Amino acid sequence: MTRLTTAGIAMAMLVILVSADLLSAPPNPYQQPAIVALGSGTASAGGFCGALPE
Amino acid sequence: MDHPILRRSAVVVVAMSLVLAVAIFAGVRYGLMLMIGLGFGLALEGLRFGFAGPWRAMILRRDPSGILAQLLAIAIVATVALPLIDARGGELMGAEAPVGWAMIGGAFVFGVAMQVVLGCGSGTLVNAGSGNPVGLLALPFFAIGSFAGAYHLIAWTELGALPIVRFTGWSGVAITLTALAGVAFFFLRQAAPEHRRIPGRYLVAATVIAMLAIANLVVAGQPWGVVYGLGLWVAKGAAGAGMDLSGSAFWAASGSMERVQSSLFTDYTSLTNIGIMAGAFLVASWRSGGFSQKLPQLPLRAWLATIVAGFLLGYSSRLAFGCNVGAFFSGVSTGSLHGWVWFVAAFIGSIQGVRLRPLLGLEARK
Repeated sequence: MTRLTTAGIAMAMLVILVSADLLSAPPNPYQQPAIVALGSGTASAGGFCGALPE
Repeated sequence: MDHPILRRSAVVVVAMSLVLAVAIFAGVRYGLMLMIGLGFGLALEGLRFGFAGPWRAMILRRDPSGILAQLLAIAIVATVALPLIDARGGELMGAEAPVGWAMIGGAFVFGVAMQVVLGCGSGTLVNAGSGNPVGLLALPFFAIGSFAGAYHLIAWTELGALPIVRFTGWSGVAITLTALAGVAFFFLRQAAPEHRRIPGRYLVAATVIAMLAIANLVVAGQPWGVVYGLGLWVAKGAAGAGMDLSGSAFWAASGSMERVQSSLFTDYTSLTNIGIMAGAFLVASWRSGGFSQKLPQLPLRAWLATIVAGFLLGYSSRLAFGCNVGAFFSGVSTGSLHGWVWFVAAFIGSIQGVRLRPLLGLEARK
């Protein structure tokens, strides 16, 4: 068995993750933020490893 | 029949189509973030740049070249990011977190675990994407650990923590660059004479990674991170399976719940994580013989150690407010004191991890 198998499994895991998520929480393109945060006038609302919940 | 050019072209077309689809169906910003993640994956795997390997090289061979490249990348980012955050604080945020007992302990454990599996936050994603079986096995447990660590995070921080300390603006740049130069000088003093230089490949990698990290900050409004996204993937799965997350102060918070219920394509760290894995896969499929390497024959204890270390990578990095990327790279480059403390604790842990790795059978490859 070579790395082709394990790399294929990794990509299959990604496809399953993304597919399951698309079914449960489809994105809404009509609620998208400004293209770039810098200059948008709005604060970042993304999750981050260092942030504690408010 | 396998035709290399056709296979490589197909992979590139699929990757670009995915970026385009995300930009159209989720938002242009999210498409850009996926592209930045792909860039990270291409650079990390294509230029063989990482964190765990260079730390190991310093510990075992007194070769600081990779660490010097990391410090250079951090210096480039800090020079741009600190003044930008200072000027546009309402739009851009740094990787700020408090120094505390759990944070220091978490960084130490992360250092041990990342040397056991020889993969850090970004490294585990790259390894999995390029077909490394140890990285592939560690990744799901890394994600579960990240979810569990976040679940218990508030209780751990109650052990005690200092207020957040940040170096800001141009004075922050001066302090950070001086400290980085001091660390570089320390490692150069410890280095074997033949290793007192940075190879050209590392200089290119450091510059590219720094540019991508700055792009991450400018586009997302927050620095490059890894572990939050992994925990979120498990939180979404757990919520989907009916698990009640209200028992966790972290996951029950309104911001966390909103992200658990939203599309992965709107979470910045998820997008860059997916991009890193796909980018590493792209490079490995492009590289001649990239997938032809046979899988290693490891003893059972090595696979069990990989599972435990994978979980600890995720759990400890949440207590430490990030991994080598979110805490060390982004923390230091955006002026947070915890990034420096993380570096010291994780490096001491790495020294132990390097000793532990052969005992766990992870170097008994045939």
